[in-house]
Amino acid sequence: MRRSLKLMAASSLFALVAGAASAQTELRMMWYNDGIEGEVMQSILDRFEEAHPEISVTLDVVPYQAVLESLPIQLAAGNGPDIARVTDLGGLSEYYLDLRPYVQDPEYWETNFGPFLDWLDPDGDAINGFMTQLTVTGPYVNRTLFEQAGVDLPGEGATWEDWAAAVNEVASALDIPIPMAWDRSGHRVAGPAIAQGAQMFDADGNPALVDEGLQRMAQLLYDWHQDGTMSLELWGSVSGSSYLGANEDFANANVVMYMSGSWQIPQFASTIGDAFDWWAVPAPCGPAACTGMPGGAALAAIGDTEHPEEVGILMDYLAQEEVLAEFYGRTLFIPGHLGLASSGIDFDTDDPRAAHALATFAGAVPSISPVAFALQGYPSNRVMFNALISRLNEAIVGELTLDEAYARMEEDIANQLAESDR
Amino acid sequence: MAHADDKATGIGDVLQNVVAWPIRILFKLIDYPVTAIQNVIGIRRMPWLFLLPNLAFFGMFVIIPLFMNFAYSLTGGTELFISERPYTGGEQYGFLFDCDNYADPISCREDRFWKGIFNTAVFIFFQVSFMVLFSLITALVLNREIRGRGFWRAVFFFPVLLSPVVVALIWKWILLRDGILNAFLISIGLDRILFFVSPEWAMFWAVFVSIWAHMGFYTLILLAGLQAIQPDLYEAAEMDGTSKERVFFRITLPLLWPNMLVVIVLALIKGVQVFDEVYVLTGGGPGTATQFIVQYIYNTAFTNQVQNFGLASAASMVLGVVLFVLTLTQLAATRRRDND
Repeated sequence: MRRSLKLMAASSLFALVAGAASAQTELRMMWYNDGIEGEVMQSILDRFEEAHPEISVTLDVVPYQAVLESLPIQLAAGNGPDIARVTDLGGLSEYYLDLRPYVQDPEYWETNFGPFLDWLDPDGDAINGFMTQLTVTGPYVNRTLFEQAGVDLPGEGATWEDWAAAVNEVASALDIPIPMAWDRSGHRVAGPAIAQGAQMFDADGNPALVDEGLQRMAQLLYDWHQDGTMSLELWGSVSGSSYLGANEDFANANVVMYMSGSWQIPQFASTIGDAFDWWAVPAPCGPAACTGMPGGAALAAIGDTEHPEEVGILMDYLAQEEVLAEFYGRTLFIPGHLGLASSGIDFDTDDPRAAHALATFAGAVPSISPVAFALQGYPSNRVMFNALISRLNEAIVGELTLDEAYARMEEDIANQLAESDR
Repeated sequence: MAHADDKATGIGDVLQNVVAWPIRILFKLIDYPVTAIQNVIGIRRMPWLFLLPNLAFFGMFVIIPLFMNFAYSLTGGTELFISERPYTGGEQYGFLFDCDNYADPISCREDRFWKGIFNTAVFIFFQVSFMVLFSLITALVLNREIRGRGFWRAVFFFPVLLSPVVVALIWKWILLRDGILNAFLISIGLDRILFFVSPEWAMFWAVFVSIWAHMGFYTLILLAGLQAIQPDLYEAAEMDGTSKERVFFRITLPLLWPNMLVVIVLALIKGVQVFDEVYVLTGGGPGTATQFIVQYIYNTAFTNQVQNFGLASAASMVLGVVLFVLTLTQLAATRRRDND
């Protein structure tokens, strides 16, 4: 009899727990990693689940390519996650959830994420999410190689041509295979092109990629590939708009100068460490400016979610100042929270190179050209970036002349925008 | 002793009945509806009933998508659902075929489509020719009484079992600037070669890796054909003192021709569909030197910010027509052979 009672009690408890478990709302968050941010986010989500046992969150870590290529299709089909970490901020805006009715204090969001909310919703005033990181493009150099070669680092205000001359001097003195490498990305080319005077838009605000400024930058890149300043291996070895980074070559000291961006800091801090002096330098100048491109990744709520209230609770939790301070501090990301940006972040690193790089990129934000901000906020900017990188690449490998490439860039952009306007 | 046998038979019968009983019940359960359907539709239509599951499967995953693809190719815009896409008629086909000179892809409005076609044609020419040749040679060698024949057959078939992505990654690591092959070249005093920077080298390795990965499958088909040839034909030729070359060209090759035909047509079809290995190995580069037609379709539909499903579907239909013609060729050739 006593045994039966025990069994009954156990089964009642099980039913209770099972009932509670079934009442739990499950949210799915699509995520990609540049460094350790997935690990950091998971630890924050574990604490969220402890504080909110009625909500469970599954972090689906996918390759970055899946966020670029699969997520738009999932969203169009209405099968997307509840929340996603995205970089095509304005391009996916039609799929975002307006969190305004679901967050506790919309004013907090507007105050702290204001300018970036426009990137997510260029045509409205919705609250769709927050920036998990702000990024600024810019170069790193291997300072140890400069010291070994006895070449001085070009100073403040140095042009791209000055840097090209310096890195070639270092590479030839030390027999380094790649004097200069750039990520194979239109976004990376855009900043230096704007520095050369590229305006990116016409007077009516329509995209106008090819002008004298862009041609100056394209000519420089073309020439550097022909004279060996840049290796054909990175840009020339794939087709279309495929992204390729030179981070591994830089970490292996095969590259003197590497044009990438602030998101590489945590990775270099862990992979290079103190093996050599990897050093972030200010954006080289052109006749028009000394600018990189702003950018970043945002955590956006998705409109097709069946649990908007729970998504609101989670986003409110993650957007708290102390939670984001921990996130940015541990991941070494430049904060996309204005309050934290002004009060400063206690970055979790004692690496002087990482600290210097963070200071360099954060310090570059005020000098970013307004054209660069406008381009970053343009929802179809990837159409322009992809046309730029794919056609310039075809010219570099000799399939097109530069003039043919310019004409093709404009045609590609016109065709794609016409298709999206149908 | 006889008593023991009877007992054994008795246990066997019992076991047989135990196993057969549920099967018999199952057959009876199936028999009732099948008999009822047969009474309604007649015995001559019964084969259709048995083909129905396969036809339904084929229809759902091949025929319906084919029609959907055609329907998409007549639409434009970026919406995913066809009901929301504007009808554009043959505009996408017109865009693809808008060329000043079809022999010069640069003169075409959609130059990458034509580069994809030209690259695919070059790839097929070299890949199919050399694959059939090497498969034939390998099959002839493996058909001889050599030591460790089973082992060698397994060795040649092993790459077929590997995923195309794995194959491409293995070769990529071998061929990179700091890969094993360059390390070897440097160790023997030669210069490093940047294989993925040169269009010729990139195409060569795309063909080579594809042959390496698929040759085992075609070798197996040819080996089966060689083993089906009656040995007495060779014995008779030997008794007549026929030369080895004559035996090969007058006995082996004609009798192997049906298998050769299957190999050629299958290799052609696979060649037209080439994508995954080369995409991972060269990414379609340098420039567009190894960008094939399937990669063009993939890029058009998925990698651009404006995902142009209409144009990609139109290109898919063109590819489908090519594959259809190749399949008809195979069927016609097989039928002619059967009639002969």
